Amino acid sequence: MNSHVSTNNTQPIKKRSPKFGHLLSEYGILLALSALVIVITILSPNFLTTSNMLNLFKQVSINAILAIGMTFVVLTKGIDLSVGSILAFSGIVTASLVTGSDTNLFLGIAAGLGTGLILGLVNGLVVSKWKVAPFIVTLGVMSIARGLTYIYSNGRPISGLSNSFLVIGTGGFLGIPISVWIVLIVFVFCSVLLYRTKLGRHIYAVGGNENAAKTSGLNVDRTLMSVYCISGLLAGLAGVLLTSRVSSGLPQAGMSYELDAIAAVVIGGTSLAGGRGRLWGTLVGALIIGVLNNGLDLLAVSSYWQQVIKGIIIIIAVLVDRKRV
Amino acid sequence: MYDQQLLVEMKGISKVFNGVKALRNVSLKIRKGTVHALMGENGAGKSTAMKILSGIHKPTEGSILVEGNEIFLDNPKMALDNGIAMIHQELSPIFEMTVAENIFLGREPVYPKIHLVNYPKMYKDTKKMFESLGLSIDPKQRMKELSVSEIQMVEIVKAVSYDSKVIIMDEPTSSLADKEVEQLFSIINRLKNEGKGIIYISHKMDEIFQIADDITIFRDGEYISTNLAKTLDHDSLIKQMVGRELTDIFPERSKSVKDQIALSVEGISAKGYFQNVSFQLKEGEILGLTGLMGAGRTEIAKAIFGMIPIESGIIKLKNKEVKIKGPKDAIKHGIAFVTEDRKEEGLVLPMSVKQNITISSLHKFTSGPMMKRDLETQVVDDMIKKLKIKTYSRNQLVETLSGGNQQKIVLAKWLLTDPKVLILDEPTRGIDIGAKTEIYKLMDQLTKEGYSIIMISSEMPEVLGMSDRIIVLSEGKVTGTLRPKEATQEKILSLATANKMGV
Repeated sequence: MNSHVSTNNTQPIKKRSPKFGHLLSEYGILLALSALVIVITILSPNFLTTSNMLNLFKQVSINAILAIGMTFVVLTKGIDLSVGSILAFSGIVTASLVTGSDTNLFLGIAAGLGTGLILGLVNGLVVSKWKVAPFIVTLGVMSIARGLTYIYSNGRPISGLSNSFLVIGTGGFLGIPISVWIVLIVFVFCSVLLYRTKLGRHIYAVGGNENAAKTSGLNVDRTLMSVYCISGLLAGLAGVLLTSRVSSGLPQAGMSYELDAIAAVVIGGTSLAGGRGRLWGTLVGALIIGVLNNGLDLLAVSSYWQQVIKGIIIIIAVLVDRKRV
Repeated sequence: MYDQQLLVEMKGISKVFNGVKALRNVSLKIRKGTVHALMGENGAGKSTAMKILSGIHKPTEGSILVEGNEIFLDNPKMALDNGIAMIHQELSPIFEMTVAENIFLGREPVYPKIHLVNYPKMYKDTKKMFESLGLSIDPKQRMKELSVSEIQMVEIVKAVSYDSKVIIMDEPTSSLADKEVEQLFSIINRLKNEGKGIIYISHKMDEIFQIADDITIFRDGEYISTNLAKTLDHDSLIKQMVGRELTDIFPERSKSVKDQIALSVEGISAKGYFQNVSFQLKEGEILGLTGLMGAGRTEIAKAIFGMIPIESGIIKLKNKEVKIKGPKDAIKHGIAFVTEDRKEEGLVLPMSVKQNITISSLHKFTSGPMMKRDLETQVVDDMIKKLKIKTYSRNQLVETLSGGNQQKIVLAKWLLTDPKVLILDEPTRGIDIGAKTEIYKLMDQLTKEGYSIIMISSEMPEVLGMSDRIIVLSEGKVTGTLRPKEATQEKILSLATANKMGV
């Protein structure tokens, strides 16, 4: 009797080609995204329209940039909780320099990016040289950057930004919003960095096995420093972008954005245990979150329920991902 | 009558993983009061069979009988309840907890009614168990304070404490020194006399013949034979395991030793590890470095590689003094270090064969910041061919490869750094015989090509079979240098224990 049951169990195993299973788990999130798009399109005719799509991409762009930076950090087994606050600080620094006349436009943007880079460097230094857990370091910097933002701005929004600065967040090129172009450029640049350079290889190695990386003669400290700098710089970029889009520097901007960024990374199939992951997955992860937010809005689902649904999706994504490994 | 002697029987067991048959209709009968060695090369199915017997995997077909009654195991706990305990090769105690807490994990004695843990009873019972096996480990010590062999003993005591009928030991001596092995064997004999059955998995032939009563051989997932140990000898055993003639495990060593000195260390010391160590390594030589666990062999290698700072003494490469501050420096000076723990320090498991092979020499494959991927692919493919690495693709993840192939990948990685001196720490640990022979041939080949090799090993046959000279260490000091012709196991052992005897 029992042997019958067990032989039956082997049937599906024999039939299923391992190749197909591999593909399914590797590209499953693309399927998930497509399914999501199809379902929402059926339920709401307003979803798959040009104007809504452009709007959606614009909404996604901030989280996509943060999440790309986060992917680098997570690949090294780290985490960066400070990106939301860095975004705010960079945004407010930029805003303060681009009010009124256009003379400080490039200086303002550079200062915003520089602020992000410096805070990223601080994260990286403390993590690599002093060996403090990334969670703690970036939690601290999250609070520091937020505090500095309020100090710098006296807790008040900075508005009256120059019109040419606002073009970044509101303008378009070839019919596509500039912010979307920026995401694409960042994505391509970071993909090259991750897959075609020595640094990229080192990042995977350090995350996959720090001991082996060290024994193999890699400069582990410098690799760690780099990923936090990348994450900080991209958070700065996101800050500049957001400031331009909402046409003011808001000290409370970017609250809990780090969580959406981490969610995009995890949904995209990058392992929090380090060493495994992919950048395109993060982009798809950010899109899934964006489509969910946008679609559920269109379907008039209450924002309270939206949070519940998002949480469930994140957990399912991790469960599916565990099968992939 | 004979059947009443059977403790456990595995009958016609098959196991399919993702469409691949890992086990095909294998059988195993464990008699009361015997040590039953399970032999086979890596991938023969030993571990899979034992994972089935200990409830980790479920068999696809077949049945398990304990004392004649068929049982069904859904999880390891059910195996324990049926008297089957397994001690895994890679021990995983909870280091922050005490010895007694580890032993009683999940079944802590409690005071009745209030259900709080009865610590005094727990420690008392643990102490009793240790005493009955002649061990002197303090039950209140934290696991992290114990040596590897002590942890091993605790695991055994834990297994016994479940009132097990059968205890499975997977490579229990892989991290033990000879003296500790003796202690383990005396415990095994005690368990045997109490009528328990021991399933013993090991690659070490000497041990098998010393301790086993029955020997069962698996090959490629199939059952080959079961014999009384005394009816087998070394050669017939290997022949059955490998399935082909193996005239000799060790290749005829080439006469490749030159007069020039590749590396010399002069009076180096590092507190707590080794004192005043001096030796020379000639070009094209294999220098065997041996001794008991804790003799400082690995630490000397780490010092040469810049991972442990030396307090005094100098290191010379080709008669020129060098200061080595870290692995990066060492690699620059042409030193390579194949560490004893492949998975911990040698490989990045979630990366591919290609990425692991080039990780230490990426500068060769870049122009500006960009990787030259065609060149990388070509060099990797050459290495795969040269070292006969068995992989279906250079993009296969190394975690899915066998130990022998993983070791070759570590070797390939280091060869690409253009080393002059190769330090190989336990180069064939956990590797099956076929792959061992390949590694030995490769080592010989490398010396012919002019590489100089320091081979750290605790396997005597390997030390005797491969070295041009043998240096024996004891308690951080060099106690002797031997030529393989004049060396014997006894001589090496007496030198290895020299300091301990008060010299």
